[in-house]
Amino acid sequence: MVYQGLHTLYISPLKALAVDIARNLEAPIAEMKLPIKVETRTGDTPVSRRQRQRRYPPDILLTTPEQMALLLASDDAPFLFSSLKRVVLDELHALVTSKRGDLLSLALARLWRLAPQMRTIGLSATVAEPESLARFLVPQPEDRSASADIVMAGGAAAPVVEMLDTQERLPWAGHSARHALAEVYDLIKRNKTTLVFVNTRSQAEMLFQDLWRVNDDGLAIALHHGSLDVAQRRKVEQAMTAGRLRGVVCTSSLDLGVDWGDVDLVINIGAPKGASRLMQRIGRANHRLDEASRAVLVPANRFEVLECRVAIDAVNENAQDTPPLRSGALDVLAQHVLGCACGEPFHADQLYDEVRTAAPYAALSRTDFDDVIDFVATGGYALKTYERFARIRQDKEGRWRVANPRVRQSYRLNVGTIVEEAMLKVKLVRSRHGGSGSTGTIARGGRMLGEIEEYFIEGLVAGDTFVFGGEIVRYEALVEDQVYVSRANDDSPKVPSYMGGKFPLSTYLAERVRNLLDDKRAWSALPEQVREWLSLQSYYSRVPHAREMIVESFPRADKHYLVCYPFEGRLAHQTLGMLLTRRLERMRVRPLGFVANEYALAIWMLGDASSMIRQGRLDLNALFDPDMLGDDLEAWLAESALMKRTFRNCAIISGLIARRFTGEEKSRRQVLFSTDLVYDVLRKHQPDHVLLRAARADAATGLLDLRRLSDMLTRIQGRITHKPLDHISPLAVPVMLEIGREAVYGEASDELLAEAAEDLVKEAMGR
Amino acid sequence: MIYGRDEPLSDSDHLLSVLAINDVPLRQAMCVGAVEFLADLSGALFWEQERLLVVSDLHLEKGSSFATRGVLLPPYDTVATLSRLAAVVAHYDPRTVIALGDSFHDRDAHERLSEPDREALSTLQIRRDWIWIAGNHDPALPSDLGGAVASEVAIGGIVFRHEPTGTAGEIAGHLHPKARVSTRGRSMERRCFASDGARAIMPAFGAYAGGLSIRDRAFAKIFATDFIAHVLGDSRMHAIAASRCY
Repeated sequence: MVYQGLHTLYISPLKALAVDIARNLEAPIAEMKLPIKVETRTGDTPVSRRQRQRRYPPDILLTTPEQMALLLASDDAPFLFSSLKRVVLDELHALVTSKRGDLLSLALARLWRLAPQMRTIGLSATVAEPESLARFLVPQPEDRSASADIVMAGGAAAPVVEMLDTQERLPWAGHSARHALAEVYDLIKRNKTTLVFVNTRSQAEMLFQDLWRVNDDGLAIALHHGSLDVAQRRKVEQAMTAGRLRGVVCTSSLDLGVDWGDVDLVINIGAPKGASRLMQRIGRANHRLDEASRAVLVPANRFEVLECRVAIDAVNENAQDTPPLRSGALDVLAQHVLGCACGEPFHADQLYDEVRTAAPYAALSRTDFDDVIDFVATGGYALKTYERFARIRQDKEGRWRVANPRVRQSYRLNVGTIVEEAMLKVKLVRSRHGGSGSTGTIARGGRMLGEIEEYFIEGLVAGDTFVFGGEIVRYEALVEDQVYVSRANDDSPKVPSYMGGKFPLSTYLAERVRNLLDDKRAWSALPEQVREWLSLQSYYSRVPHAREMIVESFPRADKHYLVCYPFEGRLAHQTLGMLLTRRLERMRVRPLGFVANEYALAIWMLGDASSMIRQGRLDLNALFDPDMLGDDLEAWLAESALMKRTFRNCAIISGLIARRFTGEEKSRRQVLFSTDLVYDVLRKHQPDHVLLRAARADAATGLLDLRRLSDMLTRIQGRITHKPLDHISPLAVPVMLEIGREAVYGEASDELLAEAAEDLVKEAMGR
Repeated sequence: MIYGRDEPLSDSDHLLSVLAINDVPLRQAMCVGAVEFLADLSGALFWEQERLLVVSDLHLEKGSSFATRGVLLPPYDTVATLSRLAAVVAHYDPRTVIALGDSFHDRDAHERLSEPDREALSTLQIRRDWIWIAGNHDPALPSDLGGAVASEVAIGGIVFRHEPTGTAGEIAGHLHPKARVSTRGRSMERRCFASDGARAIMPAFGAYAGGLSIRDRAFAKIFATDFIAHVLGDSRMHAIAASRCY
């Protein structure tokens, strides 16, 4: 057979998915004895094979966006890709909503130039706006927008999704769904293989423990989440494929694409957060087109009942809510520019035109582009002092190329847009407290349990207990990058590690929840306990109309409370809380603190808000005026830890600082400067620097969710209804229970929570 | 935020004040031997009787030092550090200034000083004695920087040197002490002075100078007993027992 070169590229967001698809392709190719060579290329591929792939490429290569970027950043890229006929992008929705999508789009732009004959195909089962994804797949002309053809595959059986009709009392707050434990266990028992999805690692840990506590039948139930040791995860995956497991408690680490064998039921514990997200999870059951997937949603509290209800409606209507296409990030562009300079030298004009064929960068201004080039070259500082340290330089023809091989090496080591939280290894050792023969020093050695976020450990003091790897452990010490823990005998961990999950409630589901509240007839579809709760709310206070926001004020103990219900997700509410307390402080209402959940925000204060509003000394419309996103926001951003984390990510992705220096991960103690200090200095001396612009753009959607907050403030302008009350309202009970929960109750103390709820509920119902 | 005070406190100051033995605005008394110093919120130390101001670990030109190795940090650290120094010098109008070592991030750093920064430095030296103590980053300093260079200085029973030895009456730098505290589910870290009444270690003054937790072994070698961290808050100084930090 004549050698043709690489003709098909397959790119997926997960290594595992690429490997899985390769397996599925190899079987029929072998059976039909076709002369087609299929290979994968991921971070795990040995160096020798990677080198061979460059010289003797396979016919079909399955890989990830990061590996694509690496392949393109080399001199052989034209040789490797000029024969390309097609690119298949799998699970496209999962790629395009993040910076990885930006990186991928820039790689596509390059491929379109190297292989103009190439055709791009995107696959996705859950897309809210197929039209915007279709733009991603074709080069964008300068003067208009171009789109790929859209093919809708029909015929899949509609999923059967129900909400667990619990016989127990529905909790007012919390995320453990412990009330339904027996019912969840029963579902696992009655099915062959059940996937139990939860939103966070710590919820997974907790539920896994609880299930084993009631596992009288000794069912094979396993745990799977991203921070477990890889070997342990592989073991679970193998057992799963072999059909040896009855249940797996997992996080989103299992919710993409990969086929894990015969799952016949998916249980989703807690809030579904988004319709598309839920559908991805449901799709894990019965990976066959002709059979309906079965799923049961288990809300962990009353608000989540509303969220589950509207999510089920959305699934039944096949309504999607993946976020809209992003506009390309400048830090990712900086990484790409450096990558380009590692390959063949480029002219800035040509690269600018090429970059704008990528849909996310179609509207990129020349100023932004030039600033990025300047940044990559010498840091982009107004003070031009780094000319002689330039990382890329122009040759005589004006083409940019890397200044030295060291720059190329550092690019290779730092490619990619996923900035891991700083993680520490968790090692189980013998306790230095108690036990026999304690020597006062911690035993060396010990078993590796997995990894944990550094910021979580920073909040602990020695002796604190928390749940990890399915057991309750005691924090002993931090030694280099290892966290030493010992087995604890406590029944409940002292420190809860619930972080609320990475994703906020989707805007789409939020709107549906508001509509559901507004439509009393639709309440009949809700469980009786929830109906009763809402009826009491409308009796004692008011159930918000779809387009209004209600603000309740009431006294409690020796303080005064303001509770509002924006339904915009915890991240946006937290930002709102920070800004409102600053404002209330200036208005001399003397705020003391606030707490936010996915649905509501409660602020407590010394000033009597009700009477101040009555006397006209406190104006709610002024309080919630969108102008808080001006100076107040700026002042807060200056010291916000979230903003500093956002900046750090941009600094790493853009290549300002390296994830790794010459191959080895810097150990914690060797880190010679902190990006927080860099942020402070840069913010003061060059506030419009391209990296700060990138960080601000991230803040609009990321941890601070500013855009959503801004949309909300605009939406509710002139639509705020104030309800002064004598005491807490039924709707306010859940958020009020969050106050001090982290510190006092913890996720583990459901009894305490229930007790506190009882008191608040009595109060809400007029004693 | 705590109320019932004149000025509202920042979140960080509030958190620190919960743990503090005492906290005061702007500057706090700190004794070393028989001498009472003022630990200033800027990270500088002032001896009123001698009109002596001490700053440590300026690490000037740290940004450009990284740039030589391809890490292009913003080149504004020197101007940031010098303008803070200028503010504290203007406030106390000291007769003598001691820069307690590691004033420059590397041996060649002084050559990379920009002309305006060099002038700003000279302006600070007008009408006062200026003493550069040699540090491990800048063991040899040229005379054209102005001021005198010394490996250590003794004034009225107090010895000023860069690396702490633990002897009584010593004021040193080098370790960049920072305090990490945690209450109410929040944790934070800030630069601090560390002192047990007989000796003290100064915080790093430089804009890009990181920190070392005072619970690190290095501090246990200097202080035999529990000591006090004078923590630099946003608008207040907080005295916190080292044993309450981690």
